[in-house]
Amino acid sequence: MPYWPCRARAAKDAALMHRFANPARFLKIARPLTGWLFWSGLVLLLAGCTCGLFVTPADYLQGQTVRILYIHVPAAWLGMAGWTGIAVSALMQLVWRHPLAAVAGRAIAAPGALFTAICLATGSIWGRPTWGTWWEWDGRMTSMLVLLFLYLGYIALANASARQGAGQGGVSNVTAIFGLVGAINIPIINRSVVWWNSLHQGPSITLRGSSIDMALLWPLGLTLLGFSLWFGAIVLMRMRAILAQNKVEARMQRLARG
Amino acid sequence: MKAKHQRLILALVALAALIGAGLLAASALKDEAAYFYAPGDVKAKGVEPGKAIRLGGMVVKGSLKRAADGVTMFFDVTDGKATVPATFSGIAPDLFKEGSGVVAEGSFDAKGTFIATNLLAKHDERYMPRELEGMSYNETTRQLQVDQ
Repeated sequence: MPYWPCRARAAKDAALMHRFANPARFLKIARPLTGWLFWSGLVLLLAGCTCGLFVTPADYLQGQTVRILYIHVPAAWLGMAGWTGIAVSALMQLVWRHPLAAVAGRAIAAPGALFTAICLATGSIWGRPTWGTWWEWDGRMTSMLVLLFLYLGYIALANASARQGAGQGGVSNVTAIFGLVGAINIPIINRSVVWWNSLHQGPSITLRGSSIDMALLWPLGLTLLGFSLWFGAIVLMRMRAILAQNKVEARMQRLARG
Repeated sequence: MKAKHQRLILALVALAALIGAGLLAASALKDEAAYFYAPGDVKAKGVEPGKAIRLGGMVVKGSLKRAADGVTMFFDVTDGKATVPATFSGIAPDLFKEGSGVVAEGSFDAKGTFIATNLLAKHDERYMPRELEGMSYNETTRQLQVDQ
């Protein structure tokens, strides 16, 4: 192959992206990072929840029920961020055939579904005293429920179309396409309270500032960051578990061959 | 062109088509996916009496009156463009009060009064401590009171 400067640069870019395609190199960073994310996340989210429960004042209108915000908002954010992560790794899997992207997609699905379910449950518990109803089919709630069903569909499809053998711990290509298509729901969830009349209130925190008073807002920062770091730790743990499974699979095959 | 670039272009075209389809669907749903009618929508489009709808807006300050039976209430709902009289018999949610958001389920009668069969309180995006609002909450009576 003749040497071209532009080709050399492209190769360098590719090398940068595929730097972590090597599972051994990825594991070298992921192993210590898991513990750091897990424990710092846990400390932050416990601090945020404690402050949210005991330190901040009650809301002028909702009273004590406002405190569910400190769980509900991070859960909603992680449910949506999780699917965004699935879509990004799906794109990397389909276009660049990045070997870790398929593993990441599978690792994100279960915690993403869990946080989406927590968001729906806490919202429902808050809705009963505040609105006077457990559930209504308004734009925000319906699109969030659709996200939960997308997660369950993704997990089912990933399991049903799983490839057998060593190095196949990731999701199949058809699952990745499903993950990419499902991403259309994310902007719909975000805009649902702006486009349509809805029972759910409009966005409190926008680029122009926050309509949540500072006295109530600050523990939300702690729980948002804490749950996010924790989510990262769970994803890394699951990725490492899948890679370990791959290794076992490969060794078993070698043994079987004799 | 390398296979990688073909896949990238294909993925981007598919993504653009998908976003276009999503936006078209969302704009087509614009009115149908609305959770409630605002009084302005009712005035502009007209809703025939007896049709089950939801009416959403603010309870006009000073308009809330209770009948002698203790469970029937009369109030006006506004969205700033139009105001509609409404009535409801039953137990209203705790957050239902004058100057606050409401979503009422029911239908209009022939005279244009909205007969609500169920009331939901709509919370807005503002969150603040009571002290700021000049109010406090009495835990025993479960009522908001204005601080002197």
